[in-house]
Amino acid sequence: MSEPKMIPTRNGFGDEIVALGRENRDILVIDADLGKSCKTGEFKKQLPAQYLNVGIAEQSAAGVAAGLAACGKTPFVVTYAAFGSMRMVEMIRQEACYPNLNVKLACSHGGFTPAADGASHQSVEDLGILSSIPNMTVIMPADYVSARRLVRAAAEAHGPVYLRFTRDAMPVLYGDEESFAIGKAKLLRDGRGAAIIANGDTVHLALEAARLLAAKGIETRVLDMHTIKPLDTEAVIAAVNDTGKIVTVEDHNVINGLGTAVSAVVAELGRGVVRRIGVQDHFGQSAPYERLMELSGITPAAIAAAVEAL
Amino acid sequence: MKDHLTVPELERTCRELRRHVVSMIHTAQSGHPGGSLSAAEFVTACYFHAMDVDPQNPRWPDRDRFVLSKGHACPAQYAALAMKGFFELSVLDTLRKEGSILQGHPDMKKCPGIDISTGSLGQGLACAAGMALAGKLDGKAYHVFAALGDGECDEGEIWEACGVAYKYQLDNLVAFVDWNGLQLDGPCDEIMPTLDLAKKFEAFGFETYVIDGNDMQQVVDALDAACAARNGRPKCIVGRTVKGKGVSYMENQVGWHGVAPNDAEYAQAMRELNAQQDERRANER
Repeated sequence: MSEPKMIPTRNGFGDEIVALGRENRDILVIDADLGKSCKTGEFKKQLPAQYLNVGIAEQSAAGVAAGLAACGKTPFVVTYAAFGSMRMVEMIRQEACYPNLNVKLACSHGGFTPAADGASHQSVEDLGILSSIPNMTVIMPADYVSARRLVRAAAEAHGPVYLRFTRDAMPVLYGDEESFAIGKAKLLRDGRGAAIIANGDTVHLALEAARLLAAKGIETRVLDMHTIKPLDTEAVIAAVNDTGKIVTVEDHNVINGLGTAVSAVVAELGRGVVRRIGVQDHFGQSAPYERLMELSGITPAAIAAAVEAL
Repeated sequence: MKDHLTVPELERTCRELRRHVVSMIHTAQSGHPGGSLSAAEFVTACYFHAMDVDPQNPRWPDRDRFVLSKGHACPAQYAALAMKGFFELSVLDTLRKEGSILQGHPDMKKCPGIDISTGSLGQGLACAAGMALAGKLDGKAYHVFAALGDGECDEGEIWEACGVAYKYQLDNLVAFVDWNGLQLDGPCDEIMPTLDLAKKFEAFGFETYVIDGNDMQQVVDALDAACAARNGRPKCIVGRTVKGKGVSYMENQVGWHGVAPNDAEYAQAMRELNAQQDERRANER
């Protein structure tokens, strides 16, 4: 098997937003002085009339986006996940979510991917914070292809959407022809031994764990749960019905992230067991990305061990 | 459709608006009379003089926009919208009641004529800047009016938004600061000194107009000047006002920020506001 291509998912945003902007002049980008990191350079170059940079001022970025959206525009506010989910969150709640306006938050540097920057720039809370606001849709694509497709889906969907991308390169898992719908999990591998439900930068780890398990004769289902909210509850229920055992994996606090969302469905179902792999309610530190994941037990070996222990 | 009222007609309209404000807050037994009354001249002058809006088509894309950044003053805006014909005057009695289009703070999804939902302070100027930017991008001629409280200028987002208005040369944005000198917990100078708000907005790139914000002639003149000057600069009308203006026992009283009058207080307020009307009529004769 040839090695997959490695591309950061933030590049998927940067490429797709140009395509969208060229098709529709109401698609706007609002940067807050992190454009170079968030891959909006090409958009700025090709579509200057649709490009704004409000400086290091996330709160007004959110407010300006709401005003634009109230006049029929579809602005993408671009920053890091830590700032998009926290520095501007009350403006997003009040001015985008409450009036259900077409404000899209496109945030790079999700989870531990801004590894060397340390805890100030890493985000282990963002998906939980945004998920708890009514009207908000919350998405983390696993690879470059799904990032492009889901950015497009977010632009076409009505209402506020939070998209979380990686700073680091991730293996490309999907072919160009693959289609994605918000709120619909992707089945990447099937088996009856257990289900591994992952999102974002942990999906390829889940696939690797499934390969390790298969070598031991345990066949697992692997789901890419790119949308945390609205969660694909049908896929979760089917996973319980078909396997009875679920391991969730996320580059996020296990509190209020994917694991919590899946657990809630399983608890209400009243059968099935869940183990949550992810950040165990602590901050990160400056260290290589892979090392941070290892320190939190987010590795193929740990995932495989969790499946075997169930 | 713009109204073309004379200043005396605008003053009469403003007194009617004040009566609605006091009346609806009394009926609701909840709401914010002080800041609604101090901003009454500006709200009246916007809706009955400066703004081109269509009550039959509240979402008309070319309309002028109004952003009540100090969202707790919504009784004044609701009264203006009702008097303008966006909805029946009787709806004013439903303020803050379950199921009402007149939420405790403005809701654009529920109430016709509300251009953006507000309530959490400090956020309206950025939204107004976004609307003004949209107008520029689409080549539309509309203006965006934003009413700010002096207290909410404590919020950093106000000053972030000024940067956007300056950078993108939003000369279609007209802000008004209702500088009544009082915020919820006490006088601004005790809680968080505003310093000279006119100088501050000037320093942030706005063309400023310092006026008596409760003098209709001055409000109208400032609005006319601000709207006419398409000179690449955002505008800020800094209006010195009296919190609770028009009701003697509410004037300059911190305690009337967010308290509803009881029946006796309500009766006195209406007597005073009616007397002001009669007095003006006598003077005009």
